[in-house]
Amino acid sequence: MRIARIACLTAAAAALMAADNNTFLLRNATVHPVSGPAIQNASVLVVDGKIADIGPKAAPKGKVRIVEARGLHVYPGMIDSGSPIGLAEIASVRETVDTGELGDFNPQLRALIAVNPSSEHIPVVRANGITSVLVTPGSTGGGRGGAAGSLISGQASLMHLDGWTWEEMEIRRGAAMQMAWPVIQMPRGRGMDIEALLPGLAPRRTTFAEARRNQQQQVQKIQDFFDAARRYQKAKAAGEAIQPDLRYEAMIPVLEGRQPLMIFAAREREIREALDFAARERLKIVLAGVRRPGKTLEDIAKRNIPVVLGTTFVSPLEEDDPYDEPFTLPARLHQAGVKFAFASFGVQFARNLPYQAAQAVPFGLPYDEALKSVTLNTAQIWGIDNEYGSIEKGKYADLIVTDGDPLEVRTQVKMMFIKGVPVDLESKHTRLYKMYSARP
Amino acid sequence: MRHAILTAMLLAAPLVSAEVTVIQNGTIYTVTKGTFRGSIVIRDGKIADVGEKVMTPGGARVIDATGKHVIPGIIDAHTHIALDSINESSVSVSSMVSVAEMLNPESISIYQALAGGVTACNSMHGSANSIGGQNVVFKMRWGADARGLIFDKAKPSLKMALGENPKRQGSPQGLQIPGLSSPQNLRYPGTRLGVEDVIRDAFTRARAYQREWKDYEARRARGEKLLPPKRDLELEPLVEVLEGRRLVHAHCYRADEILMLIRVFDDFNIRGVTFQHVLEGYKVAKEIAERGHYASTFSDWWSYKVEAYDAIPYNAAIMHRKGVLVSLNSDDAGGAELMRRLNTEAAKVVKYGGLSENEALAMITINPAKQLAIDQWVGSIETGKDADLVIYDKHPLSSYARVEKVFIDGRQYFDRDEDLSRRPKFEAEKEGLRKKMLDQQKQAAPQNRRPS
Repeated sequence: MRIARIACLTAAAAALMAADNNTFLLRNATVHPVSGPAIQNASVLVVDGKIADIGPKAAPKGKVRIVEARGLHVYPGMIDSGSPIGLAEIASVRETVDTGELGDFNPQLRALIAVNPSSEHIPVVRANGITSVLVTPGSTGGGRGGAAGSLISGQASLMHLDGWTWEEMEIRRGAAMQMAWPVIQMPRGRGMDIEALLPGLAPRRTTFAEARRNQQQQVQKIQDFFDAARRYQKAKAAGEAIQPDLRYEAMIPVLEGRQPLMIFAAREREIREALDFAARERLKIVLAGVRRPGKTLEDIAKRNIPVVLGTTFVSPLEEDDPYDEPFTLPARLHQAGVKFAFASFGVQFARNLPYQAAQAVPFGLPYDEALKSVTLNTAQIWGIDNEYGSIEKGKYADLIVTDGDPLEVRTQVKMMFIKGVPVDLESKHTRLYKMYSARP
Repeated sequence: MRHAILTAMLLAAPLVSAEVTVIQNGTIYTVTKGTFRGSIVIRDGKIADVGEKVMTPGGARVIDATGKHVIPGIIDAHTHIALDSINESSVSVSSMVSVAEMLNPESISIYQALAGGVTACNSMHGSANSIGGQNVVFKMRWGADARGLIFDKAKPSLKMALGENPKRQGSPQGLQIPGLSSPQNLRYPGTRLGVEDVIRDAFTRARAYQREWKDYEARRARGEKLLPPKRDLELEPLVEVLEGRRLVHAHCYRADEILMLIRVFDDFNIRGVTFQHVLEGYKVAKEIAERGHYASTFSDWWSYKVEAYDAIPYNAAIMHRKGVLVSLNSDDAGGAELMRRLNTEAAKVVKYGGLSENEALAMITINPAKQLAIDQWVGSIETGKDADLVIYDKHPLSSYARVEKVFIDGRQYFDRDEDLSRRPKFEAEKEGLRKKMLDQQKQAAPQNRRPS
């Protein structure tokens, strides 16, 4: 009864009651810690929002609220490694979209300050078991297309999908710096009728040499910007009198290797250049949107560079690629020894993150790796694994309770806890469902 | 080079078509007649027998499906694949054009859809105009020419569209592209009000045209000598709609516009229309069901534009419960990304709304077949129907299910093992062509040099 009442609370109200609500014993469940094998008939003791004990014998000292989970499964909340959720509401209405600021270099921009905690997308996404998201400020299309989008688009923030304000949602405000490695942009070929429709707007025919030159100019811009930022850093460290500059200031954690640079690079050529650049500049990087790593895969593995993969729900890159090329990519990375996590790189389908991970399983990715790539691997890549990503003593209780494997579409998420606080699983979608199901 | 590879792939399309094939001892999801462990006998491209116990004719090719799952070929009622052109958007009524003229049998999306268990689809004109062009239903007979792909028994159909897309070219802000949104280039309609008018006007003209021909035929039958009316290729397809000889697939989003079109169709006595997308169908499910109209929707798309902001993944379940025949589609164009995983799209109606697994499978097989009026040949596993079948390694609604084999008209068009074994050869061929191209470039380079 009490659980039912708690589940009915709105997310916000639940958050308000955090102080009373984040201590409980979840019992009689199958617990999937992810960091180790599943434990049958186990309990999870949560005290003040943190996991205090796990196992068949986990028990509280004294009286504690009981959450009955007989026949259900407990997993860590899933983490999406890239989505503009909260920054983009309706894709076609510019007024509701706050990604993709003007200008080539915007390291000073911080995603979290524009995350709308009332976005209808937030409850929709968490209803499928996703408790946190790396909110990205820039385009996630994989590489930089033409003149659109920044080279450095700003700081991506790890956010919980619950809270009254963006401050309350924050996990890490500067979790990563988002950057796009320039691509050699050739005009699109066959299959696009935009050229026939809009002759004046069709991309100008460029030769490969021209496109390559353009790309090299972009790369040079990046080098120049980093050089300038380094001079600023040195001058500042030396105590010289310098004009403060917010852009260079924001680059210091990147230059010091404290903040990962999340570089979007899809194909071998861009990946190679990004890897060389990172080595020269001694940067800590995470590669994102990787699609065709080719021979760089070995190097990525050897240098322990983590990768964020976009959705597996895409068509093969080239028409003569194997039909399952996007489905086998995660397995190929895993076999090469590369650590990776999945990102939805979108808002509309962000709730399908678990299913995009599942898609790789029949095409060679071990199931446990698929699960890790939306939980523990993700937490490790973003440096929050001492607090999140698995069900272990001392970590925050970001938990989901399900009636089965959360990567299976048919599975229902029954309960969610963020830092031990019960979270509402209702959304605009369930409200409209109930309302119109009841229409006479 | 790509062309060469595609041709090679076309030639490599499997030619297995023994007289009799038996798919033995699998879990058979007939969709219309239950699910059981059993076998399917395929003869002359048709399902000759299906049941828990069937007679295996001597000399039959036997496919052991022990532990496997067999479903009817998936049918996608809304795609734009394998078309070189989709929208004739210069006019608000483009019923005179047909996308069948544009069908490209070399489009790799056909093979990709096939590898995802899709055996037939409705590839449609776009949604740029209130009344669009004619659509084409075809089977994924990879390797056949355009003529050979077309499912010629399918009833012809026409595309229509409501809401944001057809009014876009009538709105000064609509396209936001310099040169096109100038007042000179605006095209009526620019509002939902105008969309209704365009449709009502077109069917009013079609009715007059129909009468003109009927009068002519009647007078001629009486022995009068007179000139026939001038043929109107725009109105002819609309007359076919009025006479129930052509289906309508109407792209729509909001409840108000869905109801509007139902009422317009009431006035012209048009029934059995398939509302496409129909993302707010759940709000007017009663009205859709009352007139026997159909709905073909997405599982979980929403928020990509204003008219999709009230879309919910429970749409299919609500409409189904209120008596609407529902299918799930991909709307794929230029690829078969969603088409090839319609099985897990169907699983979403189990998750969102709690429909049964059979109801879910029906939404990608027999229901779209009914909407395309091809259900007497395809859409379920029944004796006498075309042997369009998919074999999965796991439960077809599982996220982990993989398509192993696909049959169309009894012929095996996809086999995962064969696909895998062909890859090294293709890779070598591709590498060879790449090398040849580079060599040619090297040789050609000095000759291109001009004296300065």
